[in-house]
Amino acid sequence: MRKHITLVLAGLLSLILAACGGQAQQSPTTAPAQPATTAPEQPTAAPAPTAAPAATAAPAGGTPAQPAAGGQIERILARGTLICGVNNNPLPGFATVDTAGVRRGFDVDFCRAIAAALFDDPDKVEYRPLSAQERFTALQTGEIDVLIRNSTWTLGRDGNLGLDWAPTTFYDGQGMMVRKDSGIETLEDMDGATICVQTGTTTELNLADQFRARGLTFTPVVFPDGDSTRAAYDAGQCDGFTTDKSGLISSLTLLSNPADHKILEVTMSKEPLGPAVRQGDAQWFDAVRWIVFATFQAEEYGITSQNVNDFLSSDVPEIRRFLGIEGDLAKGIGLSNDFAVRIIRHVGNYAEIYDRNLGPDTPFNLPRGLNALYTEGGLLYSPPFR
Amino acid sequence: MAAGSPPLPSDKGTIPFYRDTRIIAIIVQIVFAIAVIALLWYLYSNMMNGLRQANLLPTFAFLSVPAGFPIAESVIPYDPSMTYGRAFVVGILNTVRVAGIGIVLATILGLILGIARLSDNWLLRNVALVYVEIVRNVPLLLQLIFWFSLTRLFPRIQESIDIGGLLYLHNRGATLAWPQAANDFDTWMVWVYGGIACGIIYYTIRRIQFARRDRPGVAMPQAFLIAVGVAFIGFFTTYFVYGAWPVSLSIPELQRFNFVGGITVTNSFAALLVGLVIYTAVFIGEIVRSGILAVSKGQREAARALGLTPGQTMRLVILPQALRVIIPPLTSQYLNLTKNSSLAVAIAYPDLFYVASTINNQTGQAVPVILMLMASYLSVSLLTSLFMNWYNRRIQLVER
Repeated sequence: MRKHITLVLAGLLSLILAACGGQAQQSPTTAPAQPATTAPEQPTAAPAPTAAPAATAAPAGGTPAQPAAGGQIERILARGTLICGVNNNPLPGFATVDTAGVRRGFDVDFCRAIAAALFDDPDKVEYRPLSAQERFTALQTGEIDVLIRNSTWTLGRDGNLGLDWAPTTFYDGQGMMVRKDSGIETLEDMDGATICVQTGTTTELNLADQFRARGLTFTPVVFPDGDSTRAAYDAGQCDGFTTDKSGLISSLTLLSNPADHKILEVTMSKEPLGPAVRQGDAQWFDAVRWIVFATFQAEEYGITSQNVNDFLSSDVPEIRRFLGIEGDLAKGIGLSNDFAVRIIRHVGNYAEIYDRNLGPDTPFNLPRGLNALYTEGGLLYSPPFR
Repeated sequence: MAAGSPPLPSDKGTIPFYRDTRIIAIIVQIVFAIAVIALLWYLYSNMMNGLRQANLLPTFAFLSVPAGFPIAESVIPYDPSMTYGRAFVVGILNTVRVAGIGIVLATILGLILGIARLSDNWLLRNVALVYVEIVRNVPLLLQLIFWFSLTRLFPRIQESIDIGGLLYLHNRGATLAWPQAANDFDTWMVWVYGGIACGIIYYTIRRIQFARRDRPGVAMPQAFLIAVGVAFIGFFTTYFVYGAWPVSLSIPELQRFNFVGGITVTNSFAALLVGLVIYTAVFIGEIVRSGILAVSKGQREAARALGLTPGQTMRLVILPQALRVIIPPLTSQYLNLTKNSSLAVAIAYPDLFYVASTINNQTGQAVPVILMLMASYLSVSLLTSLFMNWYNRRIQLVER
């Protein structure tokens, strides 16, 4: 009798696991465009790639599914929503939930831009709030389609974590916040200080590097989430609080007495923040990449959500191509030809996204700085849409 | 029937193998084994395929790569230029540190609590009851965060509460004066080792004597006294010979940001320790209470009739018998405490789980890191239960 129960249990377990595995690995081979350049060969897989199920929702059965070469876009379209990983703690300006329960912010707007490009509806997004430590695992396991959670692009993450970064949407650098009455002006004044930092971030590593390079000592107080980190600093348990400068400016508004604190001049690192996708699906990666570029390009052409309809009758060939009136350029990346129009109409160009969340009318009033178009001395530069 | 040999083999032959229970049993076991192996193989190859696809094949090579991330407190020297392997060891030691101290304190508090629950004193009994009911019905994580939040109520480090210049309380923990080795420390250590040697020799001799006379006896307290006495004499001798104490007191001094000198118990460690001790002590207290109640009433009455005081009755008659009931469930509470310490991550104490998560996050090597993590907790737990089982056997009734 016991054996039977065990057998039944084992059977149940395998069913559950197969179902889980299937969800992560449904691999329709509808996109033949990707030869195994990114995904190495799979010698153990018994059925030949041609024998793999052609249906879009074929669960992985007895044999492990093929490494999916493409197909992510079809999966998202079939599902009907984009699953976007965002910050689990409020980071005003980047990802917060407003009093009406609507998610807002710079990162959120890029989730919406991707949804707009895919579905022509920016609200078809399912947000997954993730901590700094959970975010990459969630992406690696396919729990989310894209991670837009002020995540820094680094060589190590790109390579070792099995991720790919779309173009940087926000050029940032690590800063340090201290109390005004502490008399700290530079990092050198902070020898022996206690510093609050969030774990699983590049800032945690940069902090160690910067202090080591300067021959200074410090005591880290490390929390798994941004809220506790800020709260500990606010309570005076740390002399300094470090994260990306944008994050500091955003956190400043949440401190109990913002006027008592200041952000040091020093910038400790380069923090290019952008959307990340799982490695192994070049088409989906390309799609996300060009969706970001489209927001840059729209700003460069001066196309906004207000005037986009006027541009639809434009005679300029490059604008006609960009808006998908001429040619079928977007086919190659698996998007609808008018994806740029959808993004601009629903979410706006880069300048609109920036100003809405971080611009002069917001409490942050953050200058564009490096986040301006290349034509205005910034770093935003889109390859040509042709 | 009487025809001879033919019927027998043919009789046997009439039972086909698939109706023979012995053979069926074997077949079922083989099928089950194959099913389990197939399932494991499926899971393994599925995982490997997924990881290969994500370019994340498991490897332990990262262990020798510099970790790069700082750890707030460590028993052994550590800085970010050391390897991931070292960081992992730091995590293990931090867990062992909080679990070790926690187990000792929880046992003491639990014992007191268990006895208090059975006390004749109404107030004591009910205070213990309320404590037990409150603590064991609130989730541990909540309690840890509660204790951690309490530490925020202390003043900032610049305005620390000063107790005699020896103890400072602030919202980063407690800093207290602590003995440190002075110049002649090594000279004194010779005395200490000598004392320990004397104690061991005395103990061994006495045990041999007891064995020869075939009579029970007590040697441990005397041996201990001898060891401490020798060390004590050495302490003063060193002072009179060299003119300086072998151990000096390191007094904490507030520098610009933090205290220098003495030792600082961080608020994270303190909150974790207090939370774990208070929580686990409740369960230990209930175990102790049930153990005491399991000793038959006649034992207590007999001891009282002999004229033993209540204290003596408890110490000499009840507790030794109760221990036999107490030890096995106590072991699982010790293991619980050790495993519960992984909640430390919520209150910024760098225990094993925290360090492993950071390593995982940094390297992306989830499978090796999780395997190492499981192996570490398993080893710590197995060592604990190994010791407790040995102790349990020792105190069992010897039946002849």
